[in-house]
Parts: sequence; C-alpha cells; structure tokens
Amino acid sequence: MPDAIAIEVNGKRYPVQYPPETPLLYVLRDELGLTGSKYGCGEGQCGSCTVLMAGQPRRSCQISVSAAVGKPVTTIEGLEKDGLLHPVQQAFIDAGAFQCAYCTSGMIMSSVGLLQSNPNPSSDEIVQFLQGNVCRCGTHPRIVDAVHQAAKAMQGRSR
Amino acid sequence: MSKQSPVFAVEPERYELTSGSIHHFDLARREFFKLLGAGIAVFAAATNSHAAQETAPSHGFHPQDLPTDIAAWLHIGEDGAVTAFCGKVEIGQNIRTSLAQTVADELRVPFESVRMVMGDTALTPFDAGTFGSRTTPTMTPQLRRVASAARDLLIEAAAKEWNVAPSSVKAANAKLTDSASGRTLTYASLARGKTLAQNLPAEDPVTPPADWTVAGKPLSKVDARDFVTGRHQYTPDLHPAGMLHGKVMRPPSFGATLTVYDDSAARSMSGVVIVRDGDFVAAAATTEREARAALAAIRAQWKEVPQVSSREIFSYLKNNAEAKTDGRHRQQQGLVETALAGAAHRLDATYNVAYIAHAPLEPRAAVAEWSGDKLTVWTGSQRPFGVRGELADTLHIPESNVRVIVPDTGSAYGGKHTGDAAIEAARLARAAHRPVKVVWTREEEFTWAYFRPAGVIEIKSAISPDGKLLAWDFHNYHSGSSGIETPYAVPNVRTEYHSVSLVLRSGSYRGLAATANHFARETHMDALAHSANIDPLEFRLRNLEDARLRAVLEAAAKTLGWPQAKKENRGMGIAAGHEKGSYVATCAEIAVDEKSGSVRVVRLVTAFECGAIVNPDGLRNQVIGANIQGLGGALFEAIEFENGRITNPRFSRYRVPRFRDVPDIEAVLLDRKDIAPAGAGETPIMAVAPAIGNAIFNATAQRLNNLPLIPNGLKKT
Repeated sequence: MPDAIAIEVNGKRYPVQYPPETPLLYVLRDELGLTGSKYGCGEGQCGSCTVLMAGQPRRSCQISVSAAVGKPVTTIEGLEKDGLLHPVQQAFIDAGAFQCAYCTSGMIMSSVGLLQSNPNPSSDEIVQFLQGNVCRCGTHPRIVDAVHQAAKAMQGRSR
Repeated sequence: MSKQSPVFAVEPERYELTSGSIHHFDLARREFFKLLGAGIAVFAAATNSHAAQETAPSHGFHPQDLPTDIAAWLHIGEDGAVTAFCGKVEIGQNIRTSLAQTVADELRVPFESVRMVMGDTALTPFDAGTFGSRTTPTMTPQLRRVASAARDLLIEAAAKEWNVAPSSVKAANAKLTDSASGRTLTYASLARGKTLAQNLPAEDPVTPPADWTVAGKPLSKVDARDFVTGRHQYTPDLHPAGMLHGKVMRPPSFGATLTVYDDSAARSMSGVVIVRDGDFVAAAATTEREARAALAAIRAQWKEVPQVSSREIFSYLKNNAEAKTDGRHRQQQGLVETALAGAAHRLDATYNVAYIAHAPLEPRAAVAEWSGDKLTVWTGSQRPFGVRGELADTLHIPESNVRVIVPDTGSAYGGKHTGDAAIEAARLARAAHRPVKVVWTREEEFTWAYFRPAGVIEIKSAISPDGKLLAWDFHNYHSGSSGIETPYAVPNVRTEYHSVSLVLRSGSYRGLAATANHFARETHMDALAHSANIDPLEFRLRNLEDARLRAVLEAAAKTLGWPQAKKENRGMGIAAGHEKGSYVATCAEIAVDEKSGSVRVVRLVTAFECGAIVNPDGLRNQVIGANIQGLGGALFEAIEFENGRITNPRFSRYRVPRFRDVPDIEAVLLDRKDIAPAGAGETPIMAVAPAIGNAIFNATAQRLNNLPLIPNGLKKT
C-alpha cells in the first residue's frame, strides 16, 4: 500500500485513499462524507463547492486533493463552534438569504473569506467578490444584506 | 374559495406530462396509526372541483376504510406534535414553511409544533405535482379545512369531558379553555390513548385572512439551521450503506442509436457493474471516477441523424406548424380580418423566443435501492407520484412496489417533472443488487434535461385614431398557450396556438409560455403606443377594463415615478399581465453605455397581486427571485445547438444572472384579503422581459423583437 496522503479538514486529520489528482470536492463529499460542499458545475463557475483552504476561499472542484496537503481546509461543516453558528451563518438565517439553499454553503464560505480580508465591505465589493457564486433562485439582494449584517456582528464581537 | 379559481387545465407546452395516472393509497388507516402512534387524525377529501383534478384518483385499489379522494391528512400525537401530510414538495419556493403556517394558524397551535411530511408516495396522499402555482390555491384551503375539522374534534372532546356546550370551549395555543369555569386541557392530553379519526365534513368554515395570526406573517424557512450548516441532505448528498455511483453513457447527439458495442474490457474491471439495455448503457462502481473509467473502456459507435440547428429554428417552427390549430387555446370574437383590412392605423410584427434551460443548481439526481422486488427511490422531483408511475412503467413492476421520496430539493423551476435520473439509478441498482446513486453532471443537465420551448409569435393589429384597439390577431407557433389571451378590451380578436412537433426535448419552465406571450404582446402594445404618440402606460389604461390589472400597473408606475423626463442614455419601460389568478406589472429602468453598447438594468419595480398574502416574506423572495431569474431569459440566455448537440452546455458558455447583473429591485405587494390566495411562483416573471425591451426602445429607439434581447450587447445603429 503506497503512503496515503493526509489532509486536514475542519481541524481534523484525514488519510485519503482516493488518487492524489482527484478534485478535493469528491474527496470531501464521497470519501469523507462531508456533503455540505456541493457540486454545481465542475468547472469553477458556480461557487457551490467553495471551501477555505489556508484561509482563502477556493473552488474545491478545481483543486486536486494533493494540493490541499499541508493547507488546512474549512468546509461549511466546520463553521459552527460548540453549537454556535458563525455570524455569517446566523446572518443568512436572519436575512432570509436562501430559497432552495443549494448555493448557500458556497455563498457562506465565500462570504467568510471576504470578511476575513475585508471586514467592512461595501455593497459593490460584496457584489464583486460574490460574482463567481451562482444563485438560481435570485436571492442576491438578501445575500448582500446578510453579508452586511454579518460584518456588523463580527465587528461588534471583536472588541 | 375555490369558485373563483380557474379550472385547472394542462397547457400544451407541458410536453413532459404525458404519463397516464395511477392513484391509490398505500396507507390504510390502521397502518397510519401504527406508523404515527395513537392520537387524532383527520382526512380531507378533495371535494372541490379543481383540487379534485390534482388529487383525484382514477382506477386502482382503494382500502375500504379510506375515502378515495383524500388531498391531505393531519395527525395530532399523544405528545401534542402535529404532523400534516401532503404530496407537494419543497423546491425552494418555501412552501413547507407557508403550509406549516397555515396548519398552525387554523389549528391554533404554535408554528414550531407543526411538521409537514411532503412528497413521499408511501406516506402522503396522491398529488399530481408541484407546478402551475397550484400549491397555495389548492393545498392551503385543504389543509385549513383539515386543521379546522381537527380543532372542532378537539373542542367536542373537551366539551364532552367537561359536560358543557362546545360553543363555550375556546381553542388557542394548543389548549382548550372552558370560558365559564376557566378549566383548560391541552391538545396532547386529549389525544392521549385515542385512535380517533374523522373524515372532513363537507362544509367547514375556516379562519378568514383578516383573522390569521400565524399565517400572513414573515417567518423564516423551516429547518433554516440545517441549510446554513450543510446538514440538510439533498438527493446527491445521500449515501445508503453499500451504495455505488452510477454513470450513464450519453449518445453523441440526440436521437443517435447504438450500432457497435463491446464492453469486454469494462467488464474485466473489478467492482464494476455494466448495464446494457437497448441503447441504454451505464456503469456503476464504488466511486464516480471508476464508473466513468468503466464507460470510457466500452467501445461504442452510434448512428446519428440530421437535425435542425438553432440558426434556422425560427423559420423551421413557422414552416412546420401542424395544419390544425389547437381549438382549446384560442380567443375569437368579431371579424379580425375585416377590421384589419379597413383600419387606417396598422402594426404587424414577428417575435422570436429562444430555447432556454432551467439550470437548477442541484442537478438531476437519484438514489435507488431495491429490497427484493420493492424499490425505493430518493430523487429531486416536482412529481413524486408521476415519477413512481414512470418507474413502474419502465421497469415493468407494479406501482405498489415503488416508493418515491423527495428530499427538499435544490430548485426546479418547472424542470424537474420527469424521472430520468430515477429510472437510470433504479435500472443500475437492479443489476448491481446494491443501492446506486446517479448525479447528472452540469453538461448532462444542460443537454439531456428538457428546455423551455422556442417559439415564433406573429401579431397583426389595428388601432383607432384615439388609441383604442380595433383588431388583434395573435399567433403563437410552438412555445405554448399560457397567457396567450390578451387582457385588453378589443372588439375584433383572434389568438391561436399552433403546435409544432418537438425539435429539442421541451417542457414546463417557470411561467410556461406566458413569458413568451407576454413579451410579444407587451412589446407590441408599447410599439402601438409609440406609433400613436401616446404614453405607453396611458395607452394600456385606455384599453383596459380589468380593475386588478389596472391596480398593479398603477402601483408599479407610481413607485417608479412614471412618467419622467427623458434622460440621456437612460430608458424606462412598462409591461403587465395576469395569469393563473395573479396580476403583475413591471417597470424597468435601463442605462446604455454608448461606447460598448452594453445595457445595464438599473431598476425594476414589480407590483404583484395574488389575492390574500399567506407569507409576505416568502412572497417577496419569490417575486424578487422571479425578476432576477427573468433577467437571464430577457437579456442573454439561449440554448445553442447544431447536429443534435448542445454547443453551450456549461455555465462558462451559458450565461445566467449573477450578482453584477442584479439591479435595484422593488416588489410592491398588493394584499387583497377579500380574494382567495393564488399561487405566486410563476407570474412575477412574465413582465420583466417586455419591460426591459420597452425601456431599451425608450433609450435608443431600437425595437428588439427577439428573446434574448441582447445576447451580445446592443448593435450599433
């Protein structure tokens, strides 16, 4: 048996049996059972599969699992801490920022990534940043609202 | 309530709904209590006429102790938990929430105590499908009546216990109170130890909208937490023990047939199951990658057939109409030809509407599991009972052996009426003797699903010198008949739908052909107004007697601030209509970049009225969502095809609305508490395209008669 690679997801180390060139998304979903990240297009065009890799939002259908070695991955399942929702998750609920919600994981992960680098984005900056995330139900205005609300909540929280 | 609703008729453009029906109940009353525990149950027979058409059984076996035409049922458990059952499905339209609100409201229990069981053919009553904006107008009153009957049952039980008149017992907050003595009993305590069941009385007054307490309020989505944590399992997320991943070999082009086939190399791969059944070739393996590799190892050759391409589709549709028009879908009054011939002021035009795709973000998917000769399939579908029938027919098994369960689904927009993925997974699972999951790729979704049909619409018209319509001659080729009738008053009118045999696989899309028919009609009305030098809003009002349609037009115009002085490179447009019992008017404001020719929609105001509003928050989401989705078909979405292949089957080639495309959108909701609620999922999409097209004309004097309006930006004039 060759040395299996291992990746760190949501603070936990997982050995990976799938071939190293397998897209990270398939490893997350099919091998690790973390199905919160969604398949939407397989070409990095819809953002449904967005995860944080070393803190950066990335399309997990476009990176091989081997590229995630040594770079901690956070998926939608890793945002909730001790039963407490991440402020972005809470803001999506409060703003009613989903309809079918299939895009929601990716939207939330992209938004978390945005707020890490830009804690107080303007509406234009949010729109620009989320341009690569598709929502087919047309919930865009509420998603922008949710990101604003989350930004506010996060600033209130960190001193 | 039902009397005001139009009779439910299946529109010709629902090409996908060909299957005959089924309809019996798998659940006898005894089993019902066995499953849910003791308590109180109420069954609602679908007595009103159009609900009966959606829920009515035809042939088949009916357990003796159940009424044959149940539309919904409800159970109150010994712990006070309320479970309501209906065959509708949740696809992002938030109906799980608004139906639970309705039940809570009528039963007088907290919203949180109500659980909706939906879209499970073994547990819920038969339902034709979640489409046509029918859930609110048909299922809401059914559930209200069921909940109201359950409340009466509880009141009677308490009155008996206290030996008082039922009229002195009041129900509120899951409790009954004797108004004379102040004694109370909870619903839970009354349900304890009972297996009390009742069919619905023929007439049972329900709470009028003005007295609603839970319904009519903006409540957030049921199970919201599961959706923001990734815990909710859509069909592609399911993984029963021992499951294999399935992949289907797709022909190189539509209608191709298999001529050479050799799977010996694939069969020698370990852990792979291959199925060949006629032209159906598929593989299942432990991983999707292995299934794909197995298909790649099969040698297959296909015979292809020549086909129409998107370049010539419109002339093809016009020239290949069937000789006989569809008599059900026509309006005829006066003498159209005479009126046209004698008129001084004529305007004739042709409008073309492209094929578009639903592109739901959750692709078609299914998980199938056999247990002996019994089949269970989980699939994202708008028609669980229809899919059950398709599975039974295709696999040659009795329907009673098939159970279809629909997990809350990642949207559909009319695109998930057929059971393609379900059949593929079931066929593979039968061969594999293990559960099999099939998830379509985006490319499969763009190619092998069905499309909103393309169409050609020809209008001939005439007006009087004072701007009154004199003649209206409207012909739709292929796209369909929804919204085909003009709501404007015109003495000489003819509208006809002309069917054409399918070129691409086609079917329902949010709003059906109402979007195409409204685009043509409302663009044409705008052109008529301009040719007569009359303000387009004024022209419409001058020709309109329908007070509800006038109300939405005036509301949208007022909110936008119509009319306004013309600004450089800016334009405003208006359009309106009604369909499926609801009324819409959209005003659009656009900006043109003169250099690049790009058009930006700056603002949309959509006024919408669908009778009494059940959940204003959900409704607003639906109206705004429909406007945004409508932007795509209006501006740039079009399926391109050649030689039986879709040539833009990817999000990188098929543009859908994204954040930057979304304008400032206002939904103006008119709440008519005096009118029974109609559905709202579809109609708000209809006026978007013509409003934008009319705004482009206002800005540039370019009249665009084709959808999409500007797939490549504005052409320089």
